Amino acid sequence: MNKHLLSAADLTRDDAVAILDTAVELARVSDRTVKKLPTLRGRTVVNLFFEDSTRTRISFEAAAKRLSADVITFSAKGSSVSKGESLKDTALTLEAMGADAIVVRHGASGAPHRLAHSGWIDGVVVNAGDGTHEHPTQALLDAYTLRHHLSSDEGALDGRHVVIVGDVLHSRVARSNVLLLHTLGARVTLVAPPTLMPVGVESWPCGISYDLDAALPGADAVMMLRVQAERMNAAYFPSANEYSRRYGLDVRRSDLLADGGIVMHPGPMNRGMEITAEVADGPRSVIVEQVTNGVHVRMAVLYRLLGAADVIGEAS
Amino acid sequence: MAARTPPGVRVLDADDISRIVSRIAHEILEHAQGAHDVIVLGIQTRGVPLAQRIASRMTQIEGVPVPVGSLDITMYRDDLRLRGARPLHATEVPSEGVDGRLVVLVDDVLFSGRTVRAALDAINDIGRPRAVQLAVLVDRGHRELPLRADYVGKNIPTSRDQAVRVRIHELDGVDEVVVEG
Amino acid sequence: MTTVLRNVRPYGEDAVDITMRDGLISAIEPAGTQPAAEGIDGRGLVLLPGFVDLHTHLREPGREDAETIATGTAAAALGGFTAVHAMANTNPVADTAGVVEQVWRRGIEAGHCDVHPVGAVTVGLQGERLAELGAMADSAARVRIFSDDGVCVSDPVLMRRALEYVKAFDGVIAQHAQDPRLTEGAQMNESELSGVLGLRGWPAVAEEAIIARDLLLAQHVGSRVHICHLSTRGSVEIVRWAKERGVEVTAEVTPHHLILTEELARTYDPRYKVNPPLRTADDVEAVREGLEDGTIDVVATDHAPHAREDKDCEWAAGAFGLLGLETAFSVVFETMVATGRLDWRQLADRMSERPARIGRVIDQGRPVAVGEPASLVVVDPHATWTVDPSRSASRSANTPFLSREMRGAVVHTLLRGRPTVIDGSLAP
Repeated sequence: MNKHLLSAADLTRDDAVAILDTAVELARVSDRTVKKLPTLRGRTVVNLFFEDSTRTRISFEAAAKRLSADVITFSAKGSSVSKGESLKDTALTLEAMGADAIVVRHGASGAPHRLAHSGWIDGVVVNAGDGTHEHPTQALLDAYTLRHHLSSDEGALDGRHVVIVGDVLHSRVARSNVLLLHTLGARVTLVAPPTLMPVGVESWPCGISYDLDAALPGADAVMMLRVQAERMNAAYFPSANEYSRRYGLDVRRSDLLADGGIVMHPGPMNRGMEITAEVADGPRSVIVEQVTNGVHVRMAVLYRLLGAADVIGEAS
Repeated sequence: MAARTPPGVRVLDADDISRIVSRIAHEILEHAQGAHDVIVLGIQTRGVPLAQRIASRMTQIEGVPVPVGSLDITMYRDDLRLRGARPLHATEVPSEGVDGRLVVLVDDVLFSGRTVRAALDAINDIGRPRAVQLAVLVDRGHRELPLRADYVGKNIPTSRDQAVRVRIHELDGVDEVVVEG
Repeated sequence: MTTVLRNVRPYGEDAVDITMRDGLISAIEPAGTQPAAEGIDGRGLVLLPGFVDLHTHLREPGREDAETIATGTAAAALGGFTAVHAMANTNPVADTAGVVEQVWRRGIEAGHCDVHPVGAVTVGLQGERLAELGAMADSAARVRIFSDDGVCVSDPVLMRRALEYVKAFDGVIAQHAQDPRLTEGAQMNESELSGVLGLRGWPAVAEEAIIARDLLLAQHVGSRVHICHLSTRGSVEIVRWAKERGVEVTAEVTPHHLILTEELARTYDPRYKVNPPLRTADDVEAVREGLEDGTIDVVATDHAPHAREDKDCEWAAGAFGLLGLETAFSVVFETMVATGRLDWRQLADRMSERPARIGRVIDQGRPVAVGEPASLVVVDPHATWTVDPSRSASRSANTPFLSREMRGAVVHTLLRGRPTVIDGSLAP
């Protein structure tokens, strides 16, 4: 396994399966009265959030705390970051604090890569979402959720068909999911209006469609991406209404899925835009479960990365 | 324990192991005065089939089912920094739980005692047993913690740099214990 | 004052001894004519006319922490340049006779090479109204090249007027071709890779569309136009097409666009962030072809120093631009001469003669001949060296060639007979 988790492409199939398997075991711990494990006692995990994301921040905090790590959360708001302190100075501060792992969320694509490879810090870097690049732990928790529903918690996702719909162009979730689900053997189809498909998407390991009704029949899962209404101001689509007519998920469309097919969304949702409330709260929806699974998957990631980091440290 | 078993010696064979399982089952029942509040937990991985064998022997003797489970202590180890992350195995606690019960931990080899220390921590997070006892197939000495086993299949003198290989039929296709190195 | 340069091979041809007097070449004799103890030893290396850069950011006034006229021209001399054109995007902007004269005078004081200020096309580079182009042309700095470089003159009416207006004093507009709307927030070349890296793309069409428009405008009003740092295959093809139609267009390519590709963005290290962005390997091949066949007239460095904090950051926050003066010759040698695409006379044409002509600099880019100005450079095609910012004269360190082994080195530079660089070091 790589020292850092910056991209879903950093994970081999064996790495990914190992993380998911670990997460399955760790999920059982959360059913106990004592939810804490002593594994990372004495280790420091810093959550460095340059961008507001309560959901992801809380999930990583819970994961690190359940492994008994010391957790320091550093949010842009009210910190020196908002006063113009650079990424580098922040990194040097964290290094001085002795951070073993830095979980970083940043509005700029590649900021975690920069932290990991600039020589500013020694610790392990976990990408918790960078710009319009990647969000690998989201992809892991999505894969976990898919596996739980489609493959009874073991093996990979071979042959499963997952449709990802929406603003692929600006979506770090889509990028990481395409890479990871492909690694795990699933077939992925991206659906979006052509304006919201990245240049060169034809070379990604997935199918492409502009027609949601044609892509959904028989699929095992559909993942709806958040679409910001402001995108229409930049002429990506004419109106919110037209978008949801062509690319929104309603009951009729969700019924095109295979039997047992599930509906996913990384959140936060725009109900009425990309997904109707009826579907979001309906029987196929696993959206709430995704949040729960996030903690287990992130525990597994921290455990495996910090475990590996030390062995490397001993060897060198 | 300065003694040293010559390398390559098979110190236990299948019959020996079978006799030991039976003996330990009897000893546990004798100590506990019956099986009514005993649960047997095997430490992953080779402690698990041994625990199952001991529990099923106890069930045979007593005529009442003895609950058996498994305990994965990976997340409780103190050597993450030295040996890195390892795959996790299942922790299956019987539905009766451990509260108020006599928990018999089963492992294949007792060496430094660190595994047992981790297992005690793990049990502590699961519940509050009346008492915890320890059964091992082999005690090879070299303790680093103030621990001892309640039931020992066989004491095998080793030097610290030797390896004791336990093979269990359910996992390895054969029952034997061999000293190497 | 007389200076002797012994045993050099003009354009790589027969070895000669060169005698210089009062800034001019006074004699060219077969090598060995001059006593071995006299003057500068050329060691049989290649002699070329001193290089002329059409595109240099000296940062003074305004960002003297990144570069000054003195440090930037010292870097230029080390790179074999005897003249540079200082871009107008300083603070204050070089949009008045006062600012351009100040830059010109500071260049003379520093003495490493000639400094020809480029004047801004529009007041404050704002793209709203023309700066006083005539006043800058008439000033002591004799400005002939006008550019809003860093910003595109995107308003077609303003561009048309500028093209027309500078005809009165034989000026030229050097366009930074970048459609602003198509490149809002753009970070790197738009391609398959930008999609994967999640960096906002900078489509080739944003450059090509402006070039096409400006070539048609220049043809329509009968003006000459210069295209700064073109970087795509499409741009090369459009310029080639326009030249065939007789449009009076000249174009430049930077050394980095001759050798580096967008793949470097994978590092997310802003060291490789530049405007226009590094493009694909196919574009690199196209600009080499263009430079070879003369579609692209000149190599211009776009030397753009930046303070450390403007590059030591995440990609999106990093400044655009990289150093070029000290590495330009080696890059052009490696990509164009060592590959057999240009001979020494053509290299002199692309790096000295044509840039001087475009800038209407009369005493630079002249042939190596008796009676011509003795602004010369001696280069060693066999030398190799490793790029080390601590040994650079620039105040900044943002070279994309950090630690890279370069082929070909500048050995001596002479400005009107006076050595500015001897044996690779600044002359005392």
